[in-house]
Formats: sequence, structure tokens, C-alpha cells
Amino acid sequence: MSTPMPPLDLLESNDPVAMPKRVALVRPDARATLRRTEERWVMTFPNLILREAIVFQIVVIALSLAALLFNAPLEGIANPLETPNPSKAPWYFLGLQELLHYFPPVVAGVVFPGLVVVALVVIPYAKVNLSARPLWSGDKQQTRLWSGSAIVLLSVLFAVFNCWPIVIPTLLVGAAMFSVSGDGQGGHFRQFLQKVTLPEWIMTWFILVATVLTLIGTFFRGPGWSLVWPWNMYPHA
Amino acid sequence: MNGTPFPRIGLWVRESALYRSIVRHGAADTNRNRSLVIFENLFLHMHPVKVREKTLKFTHTYWLGAVTISAMFVLIATGILLMFYYHPSVPQAYRDMKELKFVVDNGVFYRNLHRWGAHLMVLGALLHMVRVFYHRAYRPPRQFNWVVGVVLLLVTLLLSYTGYLLPWDQLAFWGVSVGTNMAKEAPILGPPIRFLLLGGNIVSENALLRFYVLHCVLLPVALLGFLGVHIWRVRKDGGVQGPPEPPADPEVEP
Repeated sequence: MSTPMPPLDLLESNDPVAMPKRVALVRPDARATLRRTEERWVMTFPNLILREAIVFQIVVIALSLAALLFNAPLEGIANPLETPNPSKAPWYFLGLQELLHYFPPVVAGVVFPGLVVVALVVIPYAKVNLSARPLWSGDKQQTRLWSGSAIVLLSVLFAVFNCWPIVIPTLLVGAAMFSVSGDGQGGHFRQFLQKVTLPEWIMTWFILVATVLTLIGTFFRGPGWSLVWPWNMYPHA
Repeated sequence: MNGTPFPRIGLWVRESALYRSIVRHGAADTNRNRSLVIFENLFLHMHPVKVREKTLKFTHTYWLGAVTISAMFVLIATGILLMFYYHPSVPQAYRDMKELKFVVDNGVFYRNLHRWGAHLMVLGALLHMVRVFYHRAYRPPRQFNWVVGVVLLLVTLLLSYTGYLLPWDQLAFWGVSVGTNMAKEAPILGPPIRFLLLGGNIVSENALLRFYVLHCVLLPVALLGFLGVHIWRVRKDGGVQGPPEPPADPEVEP
């Protein structure tokens, strides 16, 4: 705000020509802008309802085909005395089980999943997530400093635990992040990367790490949680 | 009803006293009746009567929420069928799997449907959450609906996890043993929660019964409750939000 607003005098008159009624107040420090354009609306029935029905039908057909082609796994009856090697959790927990290989159980099984849930819940309440400003739109020197230190710190921390499945994606995402820290122009992909916000970089890093850990846990871990190729896996993943 | 092959039958049904006592409005051939289709129906009235045309585009939502809910309906239908043949006891639970496979008509088909449907529901919920994040659709006024969504994701994972034990084969037993051993590590609350969940200190017959009750009663009821809130709030918060649009004025921060 540059100058304080001038005091307003309220005058009363019934003559619209001499004294027009004010319908909008434009402050001296802001420009009047139109935020929203006219939008087209359609009836929910049939436009949305029929599309929902079609999605449902596609899901039923796809699942039926899968159910006809592939059988759900069924092994021998549960036997508490005979531990299969390896024993694996369902696929969506295999990322966590992979972490168990690098970290003590309380960290892999409690601290990490707890942090993920808390981080997910607070996303809409953290101010940083509400802005669409690209990461490199502010003071670049400062951004380089703190984002660079964050990446180095995370990499060193996970490297101490020999957790390379997290270190490598961290460095990859960091490299992509810093590849657009300069001012240079470039192709569409570079322009796309330049628009990425901080929360988007963090989420992309998280998804990449979670995917890598889950894939390793599912397809590359054999007896004694040793590294094996998927085609040497027994029993099959 | 002119376009249908049986116009007279359609008309006769539609004008009968019984049909009109159930559905009070006429054919959906006027916008007034199309509105009535939505708000005279308990289930459809979670939707608004009109929606923005752009929200129907595929890239707006990729229909991921609809895919997840569709998988849920398949799971409810097949789950009820499977319950007719299932005993949550040792060793009958495992024998029932064999019954489903070799004796019950289409038993293996319904079990397969239930299994792959569960995978699809977990995957769909995860992808839906990722979509909402990159579209920044968690921003006000939708903050709380994002939180409800996180709860729904957790309930979905718990449903899938409790269902994983029910076949009582080696895969189920050791998969659940691995997971519940992790819960033991939580300080203070870990061991008592694990004891409560398993009805003992190891995965046993008690655990099977408790997982069965959680899987078939408690968690589905919780899921449907939160899901009702979730969908209702989509409407209350102004409909589904797709890709964020650039502001009309480039100087205004979006």
C-alpha cells in the first residue's frame, strides 16, 4: 500500500445523475479485475449420472475380465510353526517393510508412517501449500541455499543408514529442481519444470521414494530379504 | 418414450399408480423433471441439480473417485456373497476357500472379483489423492474434505488389511504377522493396541474372528459414513475442482 486511502465523505441525494450510487469500491492501491468468467452449467441428470454409470460399467467389466483371467493366490493352510522366507505384507505395506531393512522397527513401523499421515492431514492448513508461486520465483540465491541444504541434509541422513533407495531419488529430484534454477529459456519441459511449486516438488519426491521402495520390496526381495531378480524369485511375487 | 421399442409398456408403467407413488415426477424430458430426478432421490441428491460443464471433461478428475467408489460397490456385492459361505474359525476358514474353489458355483470367480476389486480400490484411492494434490483441490474451502479423504484412505487400507487375513492361508497369516509385529514397536500404546486387535499376543483364531468383525461390520460402516460426508461436502464446497486456472490478471497471485 503506497498512500493511505483518502477519507470518504458520505453525501445523500436522490438524484442519480448528480449523485451516482456507488456499486463498487476500487481502492487506490489495487486495480479492478474480473476474476471469474461466465461458466456453462448442465443438468446433472442425465449428463453426470450417465457418465458415472458408464464408469461403473467399465470397472465391472475390467474387474470381471481380471477375475476370469487371473486367480487370487491361495497357499497352504496357515501354520505358525513354519515361517515362509521371505514373509511379506500386502503390496501397499511393502515400502514400509523395505524400510525395516534399513531402520530400527520403531522408526520404519511407527515414526515414518506416523509422519506421513500427519503430513497428509496438515497439507491444506499449511500456508506454503496454498500459493501457486513457482519455487524459483522469489529470491533465487536464498532458495538455492535452503533447498540445497535440505537436499544434502536428507541425502546424508539416509546415506548414513545405507538407504540408497531413498538417497538416489532424493538426488534425482534435487537435480531436476536445480536444473531450472537459472534464468535460461528452454523447451516446453523446461518451462513446465520452472512452474513447479515447492509442495509439488516435495510430493513428487515422496511419490518417487514410495514407488521405488514398494517396487523393490515387491519384486526384488527374496529369502532373508536379500536382493534377487524378479525372475529368480521363489515363491513368485 | 417414443424412441424405445416398447413405448406402450413404458408409458403404462410410468403412469401406473404404483410407479407414481414411488417416483413422483414424470419422464425426464424437461429440465424441471431432470431436477426432480436428482432432488427427489435420497441417493442422487448428494449431487447438485446442475454441474459446471467443464467438470465433465475427462482430464478434470480422470473419474478416479468414481472408479474407487465403483470398486467399492463391487466389493460390497461380492463380499456379501462370500459371507454366505465363510466361517471365521480355524480351520474352517481355509476349508471354505477350498469349497469356494472346487464346490461353490462361480465361487472362485467371486473370490477373484473381490481380491482384484480390493487392489483397484486401494490403487484408485491413492491415485485420486495424487490427482487432488496436483490440482491443488485441497485449498479453501475444501481443506476439511481433504482430511476426510485421508481418513477414507486409512479406512480403505485397514479394510484391505483385515480382509487379507481371512483366507487363513500362509500368505494371510504371515502377511498379517509382519504388519502387527511392526505395531508392537510403537511406544506405550503399541502393545495394548496390538493385543486388542488380535485378541491375544499372536495371530490366532481370536485374531481371525476380530478381523472378520472389523472387515465385515465396523470398517464398512465407518467407510460408508465418512464417504457420505466426503461426497456431500464436494457439493457443499462448490463441486469438484479440476486443474487450477490461471487468474484473469497475471499480477494477482492465484
